[in-house]
Amino acid sequence: MSGKIFALVDGNNFYVSCERVFQPRLEGKPVVVLSNNDGCVVARSQEVKDLGIKMGQPWFKIKAFSTKKNIVCFSSNYTLYADMSSRMMRLLSEFSPNCEIYSIDECFLDLTGFSNYNLNEYGQIIRHRIKELLGLPTCVGIGSTKTLSKLANYIAKKNTSYHGVCDLSALDESEMRWLFQKISVSEIWGVGRQYSERLKKLGIHTVHDLRMAPSKRLREQFSVVMERIISELNGESCIDLEDVPSDKKQIICSRSFGRYISSLEDLKEAMATYVSRAAEKLREQDCLANLVHVFIETNRFNVNMPQYQNAYSISIGKPTSDTRILIKVAWEALTKIYRPGFSFKKCGVYLSDFTKSNAYQPSLFDDPVADHKRQRLMEVMDTVNHSMGRGTLRILGEGVGANWGMARENLSARYTSSIDELGIVKAL
Amino acid sequence: MNVTRLIDMSIVLPMGDKPLLARPVPAGFPSPADDYIESTINLNDYLVSHKEATFYMRVEGDSMQGAGIFDGDILVVDRSLPKIDQSIVIAVIDGEFTVKQLLIKDGKPCLHAANENYKDIHIKPEQSFEIWGVVKFCIHKCS
Repeated sequence: MSGKIFALVDGNNFYVSCERVFQPRLEGKPVVVLSNNDGCVVARSQEVKDLGIKMGQPWFKIKAFSTKKNIVCFSSNYTLYADMSSRMMRLLSEFSPNCEIYSIDECFLDLTGFSNYNLNEYGQIIRHRIKELLGLPTCVGIGSTKTLSKLANYIAKKNTSYHGVCDLSALDESEMRWLFQKISVSEIWGVGRQYSERLKKLGIHTVHDLRMAPSKRLREQFSVVMERIISELNGESCIDLEDVPSDKKQIICSRSFGRYISSLEDLKEAMATYVSRAAEKLREQDCLANLVHVFIETNRFNVNMPQYQNAYSISIGKPTSDTRILIKVAWEALTKIYRPGFSFKKCGVYLSDFTKSNAYQPSLFDDPVADHKRQRLMEVMDTVNHSMGRGTLRILGEGVGANWGMARENLSARYTSSIDELGIVKAL
Repeated sequence: MNVTRLIDMSIVLPMGDKPLLARPVPAGFPSPADDYIESTINLNDYLVSHKEATFYMRVEGDSMQGAGIFDGDILVVDRSLPKIDQSIVIAVIDGEFTVKQLLIKDGKPCLHAANENYKDIHIKPEQSFEIWGVVKFCIHKCS
């Protein structure tokens, strides 16, 4: 045994719960949140789950059913969810010196050394704090490895008898065995559909089966990842908390349009916006990009319309993070692949071939004064956009009245980010 | 020769915290006030004690005028403050946000409006009731 303890805290039906904080009348009602362009179901309240609606179901298919059952539907309000998430993560950091934000609503806490505490009680304190300060319901799973803590969280979620906290480290072997025999192997972190199909063929159906399986043999048949999973299931910690996320090697920015676009001008406008955003992320990790890859596509699902997909890459020659240069290069690539007469549904940009800005070796032909000015301009842009709101300063090419943005028919207000969209309180 | 000394970008981008030395410095003679420069006032520090638990809401209605809360004001609501007798709170009654003064009589909560035209609301045990947060400040625009 490694002696480590991990907790995985995650929000219950996170997007729905965020909406409910600011619209308490939705408590107990069936609520659903839809993905980009109101495409499919991306979050469901318990009441919606009880109605049999599955995650990922396309919205147009269940719209009539939802109206009949009075299901309240929202478009994804990422601004709101991101803000609530960062509040939650900052609060969680008060409970452990080491935390790892795993996703928008999940966080690992390192509770090693907390073994003197009643961990179940500690988990309840955490849940209570998040509920009181943010109004968000959570579950806490505790175990001696990350994999076990994730499993514990799943158990806490599915069984109300745990009151939201499951501490596997407090169970003895027979209790764990009993629990694990009831859980499918596909629920284990890292075991996807493909792995679980193959495991089932080997007679490994439950978590208990995999935990007891010979790890060395399975390593040969699957991969070292499987061996690690088995070790973790047995309480041997192989996966540590990640300190600092490593730099991305590629940055992508692309979106589907709310409506079809046919003109090159509109495409250029959309492209400029995506390039700006990608360039911001590039500068955040202090890198320069040398390769710009651009793609455009029509709606593949609409077979009645003429189809066209194409992509083009340009190597800049001199790595840069200057938004203006990147837009210019992206436009060059776009012009090469653009064809009139098509209704485009999506476009995007990939930036890659990065160099760290401090590792960049200037060439004989570089102009250090111009480069310095360029860098300062980007710094000013980023600082202003950071403190006054994204998009305050933009490159003119991004356009001023984007009419191709995401279709979001049922967007709630940005209760925590816009002074004009605050929640209303009645003094009556 | 006058030299205007810029300490940092604050002269272009107001950033609140950092002290600003944006005045001419006759070469060689510092100002006696230099040692006393302090940071500028940041309202956030004053209004918000618990950043994660602080939210803002807009008031509609005039039942709390007696407490200095008017229609259109912005309330600074702190969910971490203790919900004690006589505090001004945001309550959720039957799914709606309302701002009232919380009075606790014999352990029973009562929501009191600071306006004689509005009656007290005594919370019955079967009513769905929640204190959403405590109002710390009210921001009223005067002109």
